[in-house]
Amino acid sequence: MSLRITLATTARILRQLRHDRRTVALLVLVPALLLALLYFMYDGAGSTFDRIALIMLGIFPFVIMFLVTSIAMLRERTTGTLERLLTTPLGKLDLLFGYGLAFGLAAAVQGAVATGAAYWLLGLDTTGNAGLVVLIAVINAVLGVALGLLCSAFARTEFQAVQFLPVVVVPQVLLCGLFVPRGQMSGWLQGVSDVLPLTYAVDALIQVGRFVDATATMWRDVVIVAGAAVVALILAAATLRRRTP
Amino acid sequence: MENAVEVGDLLVERGRRTVLHGISCAVPAGSVTGLLGPSGSGKTTLIRAIVGVQLVKSGTVTVLGRPAGSTPLRRLVGYVTQAPSVYADLTVRENARYFAALYGLGAADADRAITDVGLADAAGQLVGNLSGGQRSRASLACAMIGRPELLVLDEPTVGQDPVLRAELWARFHELAAAGTTLLVSSHVMDEAGRCDRLLLIREGRLVGDDTPAAIRAAAGTDDLEEAFLRLIRDQEAVAI
Repeated sequence: MSLRITLATTARILRQLRHDRRTVALLVLVPALLLALLYFMYDGAGSTFDRIALIMLGIFPFVIMFLVTSIAMLRERTTGTLERLLTTPLGKLDLLFGYGLAFGLAAAVQGAVATGAAYWLLGLDTTGNAGLVVLIAVINAVLGVALGLLCSAFARTEFQAVQFLPVVVVPQVLLCGLFVPRGQMSGWLQGVSDVLPLTYAVDALIQVGRFVDATATMWRDVVIVAGAAVVALILAAATLRRRTP
Repeated sequence: MENAVEVGDLLVERGRRTVLHGISCAVPAGSVTGLLGPSGSGKTTLIRAIVGVQLVKSGTVTVLGRPAGSTPLRRLVGYVTQAPSVYADLTVRENARYFAALYGLGAADADRAITDVGLADAAGQLVGNLSGGQRSRASLACAMIGRPELLVLDEPTVGQDPVLRAELWARFHELAAAGTTLLVSSHVMDEAGRCDRLLLIREGRLVGDDTPAAIRAAAGTDDLEEAFLRLIRDQEAVAI
């Protein structure tokens, strides 16, 4: 692995994004607009909005980045650029971490805009610091990127890649504690929820909602999510083959 | 003369089909070797085996003295795929600079490669907006940046206008004169005459491996297309 090649890859991916202004606009604005929709849905019920909007600030980047990356990686595969890259000095981890970094940076912008809109325009109120919310959103985005890269190895077409969203992402959203608090789930569902990384991201956000300062539980959660992202990236590298049939 | 590529008894299967039936051949160093054959004959599979991205069933592929696909070769072998593998949503210059960065080279090297393929005027354009011929030249530029010792080009001249095609071939011979080995595939027989050496391949088997002059002489015709046909007929006659 080479830092120079990783950073060159990150810069290349960000340049590709820059040429695609519509995607940039969608990435930056859609989460904030969806939060506004939530605000009007829960009109007058401030505490419910606070709870759901806070969790959504973590879920949006995860879902969006998963989708964007699995398509981006599939494009590398179908246009032949991946095969070509693998004949150059580029290491597999250079490519995967390059993606993680590029979309992580995009997620930082997205998270800052969505969090800013939520606190200043929509009156989101949390006990803890908004900066921590952005941090967790970015780590969630990187988790989405890592899982997207891993899943794209198992998809040959865009149709297949998109189908991984309901398989990999939706169960995590259902079981993360947003719809039913985890304490009220039956034992086996809690067990499943315990091994899904998004659960810890949501738990970290709930901690920020409740406590003034960052708690030890929150940091533990953040480390678990980041660790899951790194494991997914390494698995993605292991499934990326230089030689193909 | 030393060989840049040596292929021994190469057998490749894709799915249930045998694509290469135990091919043995060599590419002399510093030459422009043409890999000629009809569409579907196994040219791309052989090329993929040489650059080390093809899973092979058996046989050996040695490139610049090392097994194909080994790590040190990634700096020494340039590869241009048949479909132009450059980023359509980047400009020609941005593409070239990214590939330059992979080899630890800078903007000047990238710009020189763009000029070499005659795309200096289009350097600022998005690859997606270029014509097919320009796109494949952009792809070619990205492979030439790292100054590879072996340049493997899969049908690089498809869709190029005749003047540009002649310029590209002149450029290939300049590179060879400077010591680069080139393996160029094509399904157009009129390009065969421009090569120092020819590998003729049909249905996954090698039917000819010689200089164009020797192939013409052996077949008793000046027309390489006709010579190719006679070689196939002769071999089929032997087989029967």
